Amino acid sequence: MGIIKALKLAFDYLKYDDDGNPTESYRAVNDVDLDIEEGEFIAILGHNGSGKSTLAKHINALLLPTEGTLWVDGTDTKQEPELWKLRKKAGMVFQNPDNQIIASVVEEDVGFGPENMGVPTEKIWKRVDESLKKTGMTAYRTHSPNRLSGGQKQRVAIAGVMAMRPKCIVLDEPTAMLDPVGRREVLDAVTELNRTEKVTVILITHYMEEVIRANRVYVMENGSIVLQGTPREVFSQVEKLKELRLDVPQVTLLGHELRKAGLDIPEGILTSDELKAALKSAMKDEKTGNLVLPDSGKGLAAPGAEDLSVQPGENGGRDDKPAMTLENVNYVYSEGTAFEVKALNDINLEIPNGQFIGIIGHTGSGKSTLIQHLNALIKPTSGVIRYKGEDIWAEKYNRKALRSEVGLAFQYPEYQLFESDVLSDVCFGPMNQGLSREEAEVEAKKALLQVGFKEKRFLRSPFELSGGQKKRAAIAGVLAMNPKILILDEPTAGLDPRGRDDILDQIALLHKERGITVILVSHSMEDIARYAERLIVMNEGKVVYDDTPEKVFTHYSELESMGLSAPQVTYILHDLKDSGLKVDTSAGTVEDARDEILRALTGTGAGDAALTGGGEK
Amino acid sequence: MIRDITVGQYYPADSVLHRLDPRTKLVGTLLFIISVFLFRTIPGYAVATLFLGAIIWLSKIPLKFIFKGLKAIFVILIFTMFFNIIFTPGEVLWSWWVIRVTKEGLILAGRMAIRLIYLVIGSSLMTLTTTPNQLTDGLERLLRPLNKIHVPVHEISMMMSIALRFIPILLEETDKIMKAQIARGADFETGNIIQKAKNMIPLLVPLFISAFRRANDLALAMEARCYHGGEHRTQMKPLRYQGIDRLAYIVLFIYFAVAIAFRVLGI
Repeated sequence: MGIIKALKLAFDYLKYDDDGNPTESYRAVNDVDLDIEEGEFIAILGHNGSGKSTLAKHINALLLPTEGTLWVDGTDTKQEPELWKLRKKAGMVFQNPDNQIIASVVEEDVGFGPENMGVPTEKIWKRVDESLKKTGMTAYRTHSPNRLSGGQKQRVAIAGVMAMRPKCIVLDEPTAMLDPVGRREVLDAVTELNRTEKVTVILITHYMEEVIRANRVYVMENGSIVLQGTPREVFSQVEKLKELRLDVPQVTLLGHELRKAGLDIPEGILTSDELKAALKSAMKDEKTGNLVLPDSGKGLAAPGAEDLSVQPGENGGRDDKPAMTLENVNYVYSEGTAFEVKALNDINLEIPNGQFIGIIGHTGSGKSTLIQHLNALIKPTSGVIRYKGEDIWAEKYNRKALRSEVGLAFQYPEYQLFESDVLSDVCFGPMNQGLSREEAEVEAKKALLQVGFKEKRFLRSPFELSGGQKKRAAIAGVLAMNPKILILDEPTAGLDPRGRDDILDQIALLHKERGITVILVSHSMEDIARYAERLIVMNEGKVVYDDTPEKVFTHYSELESMGLSAPQVTYILHDLKDSGLKVDTSAGTVEDARDEILRALTGTGAGDAALTGGGEK
Repeated sequence: MIRDITVGQYYPADSVLHRLDPRTKLVGTLLFIISVFLFRTIPGYAVATLFLGAIIWLSKIPLKFIFKGLKAIFVILIFTMFFNIIFTPGEVLWSWWVIRVTKEGLILAGRMAIRLIYLVIGSSLMTLTTTPNQLTDGLERLLRPLNKIHVPVHEISMMMSIALRFIPILLEETDKIMKAQIARGADFETGNIIQKAKNMIPLLVPLFISAFRRANDLALAMEARCYHGGEHRTQMKPLRYQGIDRLAYIVLFIYFAVAIAFRVLGI
């Protein structure tokens, strides 16, 4: 028997009435069989609500099966009266880094598990030292967790679990709230533990790139396991994964698209090297003449995304006068103290009407500070911000009016919902503008429908909604104020791939329908490449690049030194170019890359045309 | 205002005082506070001042930092002094309209001020040199006898240390939600008290919900890490008295004996 084994595992969530009698039940996990060997690296995939977290909580005995059996290291979880004895065998790391650190000092937090297990003091110290070393956090052992980055906090959490010396460690979406740098940190730490300590790893995620390292992948849907196999086997089924609201790594998708276009490329390409090799052999045996160039945007992950992006100059309602200008804006946090931080350094920007702008930068690059300047939540230390030519910090300027023209939806906007029903919550903004409840409702309904929120849910409590629906409601709350500029700070954080695409498509549609300026702050180059016409890159409080995404991506090595990266396809194209294929490397989306590779292969538009063709879609 | 309060803040440094056992510091602070109320004469206050001065010097904490903590009680101080001065009957030194300044009033106000200031400095010295966790550990150990009368001492101290850990997180969250609602046109500044209280709803509801969500997450995380109450729990940093604590207790008891002697002898 393996370290974790499940047989016909099922779990029902029960709803209780006021007297404590169960009224409703909801089956979250259904008929799951698992058999995980010691030392394996397992990934469990699934969209939000597919039952993967519920399954994970069984492994840690935080939940006990309604039906079926689960064995942890040979012990039936239902038969063990002292559950904590199981929990030291299978440790668990959760999603939110802040909500799982118990102590105020890193080393004390790592020692928390061993303390609970009754390990003698000297041995606790030994375990803490070891765990911190294994996760690379020794240098931070006396720090307060509040001063650490998200990735570091998660590494502390992993160290805390490792100090319990578990045989198995379950990670429930450990990277969902992290930026790309933090995500890499955490994954590297986990992979290292699996490799050197032979700890069994069960990683639950919806980031496909993280799954490639696994020995085996399980895909869950509606509480059941619907697909399983090696990453390659699973990723060979691109269409099936899309049905399950998941996506595949860009390189796999590109391979799949090229195969659909007629190239002889196997399914389930996992790395750029594999694609290169496959392309080379395909070029050898295939006559490139009979390749079919597909229509742009057909059958891709987000159909219609192509049509939605508005190209510069196409929008009729746009005038040339910039709506907002920033002149030499500086901002210093805690000026004059030891903690002084220069968050913004001489920012000059023009934001015209109707643009779709992407802002990217790692955590602490100043991008959040920047967007808060745009609707006067923060006053610049020096410099001028003008909206429609007027200085917004002039003495008599009506900043409340500005805030309704420049709408800002913060990261995790769903945490701002407070009313008892969605409609009232969305009405909050318009009513603050002075509208009556009836007038506000008109605006609110319009905004809700525009973000794709179903009318039958208007009177539901916002707290009963799913993550994606909550975000929609919260974005509608800003949209209902009829802003001319809509700023969205990471609107898709924590969503699964389908939820992310849905929201971004909706925003792109909104941009087109309302003709408003959209400023999208994101960590994902892939998303920005697909939607934005202009990309602003921030680093250390400065604007480093401000250009079309294609042009910015040509600086991919500089982007990397800032802890950012270009979209995966950019790397693939560069790789291909280095190995002799005449491709233009500026494409940022899978569709563009596919067309570019096909064009290079068929020989049409090679040379000059390929060099200038990057901006075309 | 909130930022000025140094009570409850920790000042990292490497001093004798920082190295003392938290229990020693807790007992010491208690004895010092009692002594301040025992002393009533100038020589007495001189002894207390000398003692406090020595401790401040030992703590290696900049004076500026300690005095900053007094800013927060400044208003209360002025208030109590003012009322003590004008409402204490006795030998009138100066009067105008209904206000009468008496000699007794001045003495009482002075005594009050010294007691209040010493009390605040004394207790902030303890918190400045002791991490919140050591403090709760110390309290847990000192109050352990109460376990016998079924006071859940371990649980209380666990709650205290978790609360301390989440204060900065919740403060940050408050700031975030406030900004988000201001961006939606909320107004937290104008209006009368009732209006202001009503305007707080969009801030407080999400904050409470978030606090509950965090509590739920944290409870799960603690359970996942084998937390099952205070029984059979070992400690990573158990409290052990060192030689320096013994010395500190001796000094403390001598000081306290002096305070009692002064009171008994009426000096």
